Amino acid sequence: MNDPNDHGASTEREEMRRLTRRSFVVGGIAAAAGAGAWSWLTTEAPDGGIPWPLRRILRANEWLATGYESPRHLAPTFPRTLAQRPPRTNGMIGLANKVEARGWEVQVEHAGRAGHIKIPLSTIQKLPRSDLVTELKCVEGWSEVMHFGGVCFLDFVTQFGLATRSGRAPDPAGNPQDLYRYAYLASPDEAYYVGLDMASALHPQTLLCDTMNWEPLTHAHGAPLRLYLTVKYGFKSLKRVGLVRFQDVRPSDYWAERGYDWYAGL
Amino acid sequence: MRLEPKHPRAIRWMHWINFLVLAVMIGSGLLIYWANDVYSLGPIHFFPDSFYRLLHLDHGLAVGMAYHFVFMWVFAINGACYVLYTFLSGEWRHLLPNRHTLREAWEVILHDLKIREAPLPRAKFNGAQRLAYTGVILMGAGSLLTGLAIYKPTQFAWLTNLLGGYAWARAEHFALALGYVLFFLVHITQVVRAGWNNFRAMVTGYELVVVETPRHE
Repeated sequence: MNDPNDHGASTEREEMRRLTRRSFVVGGIAAAAGAGAWSWLTTEAPDGGIPWPLRRILRANEWLATGYESPRHLAPTFPRTLAQRPPRTNGMIGLANKVEARGWEVQVEHAGRAGHIKIPLSTIQKLPRSDLVTELKCVEGWSEVMHFGGVCFLDFVTQFGLATRSGRAPDPAGNPQDLYRYAYLASPDEAYYVGLDMASALHPQTLLCDTMNWEPLTHAHGAPLRLYLTVKYGFKSLKRVGLVRFQDVRPSDYWAERGYDWYAGL
Repeated sequence: MRLEPKHPRAIRWMHWINFLVLAVMIGSGLLIYWANDVYSLGPIHFFPDSFYRLLHLDHGLAVGMAYHFVFMWVFAINGACYVLYTFLSGEWRHLLPNRHTLREAWEVILHDLKIREAPLPRAKFNGAQRLAYTGVILMGAGSLLTGLAIYKPTQFAWLTNLLGGYAWARAEHFALALGYVLFFLVHITQVVRAGWNNFRAMVTGYELVVVETPRHE
């Protein structure tokens, strides 16, 4: 309804003018406050490539997600026939030089403990085999059903008594204090590295893989041994695992240092 | 002539907050979409490279995700407050479609296309508005659900499956974003057509209304 051209209502018009003035002043102040808050938010000191207040909220999101995390949450699996073509390739950081599977060893370290152990690939491959056909989700937004074959990361740490302060096999339910809080995995040259919370690392669908889509791992997919997690975006699934370190300090992470969420949980 | 209350204060605040937050969500959403812009509708591809360059939306996936996963809370909380308020205050009576709505909406369309001359009935919201405003609330709920399905597809795998899987849920989330843009275009057109008195009511809460003066016999 448009303003009627009616001369008999000057008090109402006057009242409306007063109301309008007041409302627009309040609205203007609110808009200015909003603009101020926005410019504050966007220009605060960066923490890993994004303003620190955003990083703080991402941490809160992580806290909420881990509260709802449990081994019961398994990613959906698919029929094996859906993963037949060569899997899509993305990201070659840490894969600069050619390497040989023969004689490959994974170096394992524990924070606060001198020395390290080296576990040969051939020994890891003697653990019980796991095959997983699941949907890899790339942070870029694409997803693809893929097969990952190898050994459970949980079996790996259990077999060799890793990830614990005592050096015994981990018992996440019975003795959570014995576990280190984080795992850091890197390519041998540490050009690419990922940080994982222990719950995600020990998730039953977290694998150390030597096959993808029923074929031996190729160079572009991280031969001879890669990591795969269903509970994270693909950038956490390190290719070419050369170093595993268990620690209580939150590990650095290649993409988290470049603005992405450190947790990156799905 | 008299001042008639139209939009309650709470609704006005939530309306304008939502306008800004939705702008942030769509903007950051485009930063995310840029990284895998695979959708087409027939010959229409979303979007040409020039579109991203013009709006500086390229190479911003990380920062887009950061803003998206922060402002999603404001969008969700503001939307929940709006729905709660609308139901508790009784405002829903003006908003939800009723048995006259479809016929009325058709009349509004004919009227706006200058096919039908009869004036529209005076009411806070006509049939077309009821459908549009109720629809956009449902779209908001849809964005939250499809968003959750692609944000936590392992934790909420049941929801992701319900929506047709991860890839479908992402497409649905994107389609809803396009829906807001369409809504916005129609909304702005209609607000401009309706004029200053109507627009002002979303700021002040009041509308100036002509009163039929009683005859003096």
